[in-house]
Amino acid sequence: MEVVSSRLDVSDFCAAQEIYHANGWTDGLPIIPPTKALVEDCLNWAMLSSEHVVGIEPVRERAITAEKLAINSVMAGCLPMHFPLVVTAMTAMLHKDFLLHGATASTGGSAVLLIVNGPIRRELGMTTEFNVLGNSDRASATVGRSIRLALINLLNVRPGEIDRSTLGHPGKFSYCLAEDEENSCWESLAFERLGDSNVSAVTAMAAMAPRQVMNEWTTDPREICETFSAEIRSNQLNYSIWPGNYVLIIPPQLRAHFETAKWTKSDIKECVFERARVLRGEWANVGKGSVVKDRADREYPALNEPDDLMIVAAGGPAGGFAAIIPPWLGSKSRASTAAVGACVDCEVL
Amino acid sequence: MELLNPSYEETKINQRPADRLLELRGKTVGIISNGKENTAPFFEYLSQILEDKYGVQKVVQRIKSNYSAPAEDELMAEIVGWDAVLSGVGD
Repeated sequence: MEVVSSRLDVSDFCAAQEIYHANGWTDGLPIIPPTKALVEDCLNWAMLSSEHVVGIEPVRERAITAEKLAINSVMAGCLPMHFPLVVTAMTAMLHKDFLLHGATASTGGSAVLLIVNGPIRRELGMTTEFNVLGNSDRASATVGRSIRLALINLLNVRPGEIDRSTLGHPGKFSYCLAEDEENSCWESLAFERLGDSNVSAVTAMAAMAPRQVMNEWTTDPREICETFSAEIRSNQLNYSIWPGNYVLIIPPQLRAHFETAKWTKSDIKECVFERARVLRGEWANVGKGSVVKDRADREYPALNEPDDLMIVAAGGPAGGFAAIIPPWLGSKSRASTAAVGACVDCEVL
Repeated sequence: MELLNPSYEETKINQRPADRLLELRGKTVGIISNGKENTAPFFEYLSQILEDKYGVQKVVQRIKSNYSAPAEDELMAEIVGWDAVLSGVGD
């Protein structure tokens, strides 16, 4: 297979680290030197030609080719079998409603959260339990990192260049998890968004850092939902009041209470939709009284509709914890789901 | 060892910079605001300077509907009738 990227002659592994770092091509961590052979292995595994256009970033009109994506995936530590997930994630991110440029340039400092569903999770050895939002497994770590390196190198999303984040958050190194479909009686996120439980898929969202909550003192689904809703209300008041996609990660201990009560994901969504809303006047309680103006009684829902809440079954077996992952900024960027193997012309939801 | 360049490499450039204006007098200048609150007084003041000091005939002020997204197609079409455009980020 012919690769078209320009070449560098480097004396050894250590020299490669220094050159790639000096060129601003890394995230500060060491990289796997991307040789032609390693890049070709990725392209061959995904059955993509080097010049295959995965998509075009619409603001800067840059074509993202499979070859360039493969180079960045190799650098991130991906094996060839991980590469289709990277292609799928980028496909989802290039949907116009994802607003990739705005989401990656904003002072708001979001990262791209990837949620993986379907058979590919187990094929790649992705774990869905202990430490699922941390360093859980090789595929999650390297696929998430591939996206960050691709943003840095293909769209100049470097701090101080396109990336104008005031703070950012650690998810910018890698922010990828897989849903625990086997140990949940709920429909998967991919089924909810694509209508197919057998498909492997990636959902991408411009996301802030996780906010962990705890409630080990009730089995009542409504009370647990109230804890979730309170955290979302806190985010609305302290960060952004605008409605958008929120992710709710529910580990087994709390999931068991919902399952015992025969609550589905839809029931949780309806409950949180009703409870996660604030009055503009509440801004006065968190030091933002000057922007309440004459609209103190105006109500702001966190979700435009119940399905804006994306519930993911994941996490370790013990602990009454859950995590709320807020959107970058309301509905300016919409979560986007693509099926593994989908081409640029395929429908992305 | 031989390694590959991971960065974007443009293969062909089909664009060129717009012709530069020699003066602003008598021209139409458009200002595209991202719509954030403090851009209003800033661009109003800038408009006054353009007209009073530099003799700009007409300043057209427009606001994008989404400050994080590119300007709408209608707005991009309107730009064709302007001699110059000011577009900046205000936060």
